[in-house]
Amino acid sequence: MNSREKILASVKESQPEFSALPEIESRFADTVIQIEQYCSVLQSIGGSVHIVNGEDEMVTVLSKRFGGNAKKISVGIKSNNLTSDFNLNEDPHSLEDTELAIIRGHFGVAENGSIWVTEEQMGLRALPFICQHLAVIFFAEDIVSNMHEAYNRIGNSTYSFGTFIAGPSKTADIEQSLVLGAHGPMSMNVFLLRQ
Amino acid sequence: MQNHAVLSEKFNADEPRVNWHDETLWWVRQKRDRAANQIPEWEDLREMASGIKNNVLSNLSGYLIEFEKRAAENGIAVHWAADAEEHNKIVLEIIQKHGALSIVKSKSMLTEECHLNPYLEGHGIEVVDTDLGERIVQLADEAPSHIVLPCIHWKKEEIGELFEKHLGTPHGNSDPVLLTRAARAHLREKFLTARVAITGVNFAIAETGEFVICTNEGNADMGAHLAEVHIACMGIEKIIPQRKQLGVFLRLLARSATGQPITTYSSHFNKPAPGQEIHIVLVDNGRSRQLGRPDFRSSLKCIRCAACFNTCPVYRRSGGHSYHTAIAGPIGSILAPNLDMRNYADLPFASTLCGSCSNVCPVKIDIHQQLYKWRQVLVEEGFAEPGKKLAMKGMATVLSSPGIFRKAGSLGRWLLRRMPFVVNNRWNPWFKQRDMPQAPKQSFRDWYIQNKKTSK
Repeated sequence: MNSREKILASVKESQPEFSALPEIESRFADTVIQIEQYCSVLQSIGGSVHIVNGEDEMVTVLSKRFGGNAKKISVGIKSNNLTSDFNLNEDPHSLEDTELAIIRGHFGVAENGSIWVTEEQMGLRALPFICQHLAVIFFAEDIVSNMHEAYNRIGNSTYSFGTFIAGPSKTADIEQSLVLGAHGPMSMNVFLLRQ
Repeated sequence: MQNHAVLSEKFNADEPRVNWHDETLWWVRQKRDRAANQIPEWEDLREMASGIKNNVLSNLSGYLIEFEKRAAENGIAVHWAADAEEHNKIVLEIIQKHGALSIVKSKSMLTEECHLNPYLEGHGIEVVDTDLGERIVQLADEAPSHIVLPCIHWKKEEIGELFEKHLGTPHGNSDPVLLTRAARAHLREKFLTARVAITGVNFAIAETGEFVICTNEGNADMGAHLAEVHIACMGIEKIIPQRKQLGVFLRLLARSATGQPITTYSSHFNKPAPGQEIHIVLVDNGRSRQLGRPDFRSSLKCIRCAACFNTCPVYRRSGGHSYHTAIAGPIGSILAPNLDMRNYADLPFASTLCGSCSNVCPVKIDIHQQLYKWRQVLVEEGFAEPGKKLAMKGMATVLSSPGIFRKAGSLGRWLLRRMPFVVNNRWNPWFKQRDMPQAPKQSFRDWYIQNKKTSK
C-alpha cells in the first residue's frame, strides 16, 4: 500500500459521522453598492483612492507622482505618455526595476478595501508584487459589499491565478509598528472610474 | 528538562519583559475584538465556519480525492506524505531534481512541524525564510514563538543589532521603517535568484483543485511567481469543500489573527504559470490519528489564526518557546500530545482552563474542554509528573477523611503561627511568588462549635 492508500484508508476509518454542510445564509448577502465604505476602508489600510472620469485623468494624477526615466508599465490601459506597454514574453525577473505598474481590476470589496485581479489583467503574475508602486483601475459601480458577494460574482469562472489585493504590501513584525512596503509594492493607488 | 514550567520560569526571570510581552499580545487581542464587533453577524459566521469544518472532517477522504483529481486536471502535481520524514524526502527530491541549491520559503507551520529547514540544510540546501518575522528568528537561530507574529518576543533594538550584524544596517538604528527596507533589499535578491519556492497553504478547495495563500507581505507570491518550481506544503485538514466558503473563512481569518479586515494578499493558485511547475504535498503526520479521537478531532478544524494565543494569559506571560513545539499556545497544547504524549504531557497542564481560547476561536473548537480531557488521558497513560501525582494522592487522602482533614488543619495552623520557616521556604511552590495566608487562631468548625452553644 502506498502512502496515498494508507492515508486515505486511515482517514476514512477515522472520520466521524456525516455532518451536513451548512448553506451560506442568504442574510449575509448585501447587494448595496458602498463606495464611501470602500474608500474609507482602503484609506485606513494604507491605500489611496481617486475617483476619475477616464484613464487620462488617472495618467495625469500618476504623472505628478511618478516622473523621470524610471520604468513604468501598464497592462490593459490605452497608450499614454507615462507608461510603456507590457510585453507578455518578458521574463518576470526583468520586471525587477519596475517603478510603477498600472493594471485593471475586476471589482472591489467594500468591507475590506480589496480588489479582485486575475492573471490576464496582470500580464505576468509577478508584476503586481514586484513593482515598487501599484495602481489599479476599475469601474466605481463594480464594488460589492462583502466577501460573500465577491464569491457570488466570481462564481464558477475559471482563472489560472487570481488574488484579492488590499492596499500596499505591509508588515508589523518589528515591535508591532506598521510599515508599508514589505516585499510587495510600497504604495497602492486605486482609481475608481465613473462611467 | 524541557517542560513548560521550567521554561516559563526562565522566561519570567525578566518581569518587565514579560509585562511588555503580555501587553503587546493583549493589544493584538483588542484589535481582534474591534474588528469582530464591526460585523453584526460575527457569531453567525463563527457558527457557519464551525459547521463547514465539521462537514469537512466527516467527509475528509471524499474531499481529498476530489481535490487531488481537480488539481491534477489543472496541471498541479499532487504528492502524499504519511509523515514528516516522507514530506521532507518528497520536498528534497523535487529540489534536487531541479538542481537548486538555494531556495525561499514563506510561512508554513507544517514545515516547522516537520523540521524541514534543518533537513534540507543537512543536504546542502540553503533555505531562506522570507516572512520578515521568520527571517529575523532564522538569522538569530531561533524557532518562531508565535504562528502569525514569529518574533513578537523581540524588541526593535535587538532586531537593529541583529540586522547590523547580518545586513550591515547602521549601528544603534532601531527604526522599523529603515530595518524593514533593509530586509526588503536583502530578501529581494533572494527572491530573484531562487529557482524553487516553498509555501504553505491556508485553504485548499476540493471542488476546483485550487489553493489559497494569505500574506500581508507578499512574500509567498514573490517567491512563487519568480521561481521555476513552487512546492506548496499542506496538512490534509486544510481542505474546504467549495470556493464560495472562502467568503466565510476570509472574513474570519485576518480579523481573528490581527484585527485586519483581510490580509493584503489572498492569492488563489489554480494552474501553474506557463513554463512553471506547481507541486502540492498533502501531509498526514498524525492528523488521521487525531481524526479518530472523538474528544479531540475537532482540533483539526483550526485555521491557524492564533487568536487563542493572543488571549491566553498563560501564553502571554510564558512566551511561545516555553511550549517547546512548533505550534505553541492553547491549540498547540491540544495538538501536540497526539504527536508525542511523553514529550508534550506538560502542555495541557499549562493552563488555568479559563476558556478564553474557546471564546475567540473562529471555528468554535472547544479548546479548554480538550485541555481538560487531555489531562485525563495523559494521567491514565502514565505521563503525569510524579511529584504532582504524589501531591494529588496526598490531597485525596486528606480531603476524603474528616478526621485527617481536621488534624492536618490544626497542625498547619500551628506551624504557620509557631514555626513559619517550615513552610516559608523554597521547597514550598506556593511561597515562590506568594505569601502564605495568615493562620486564624481556630478553624471555623471549632469557632462554630464553641459559639453556637452560647447563641439564643
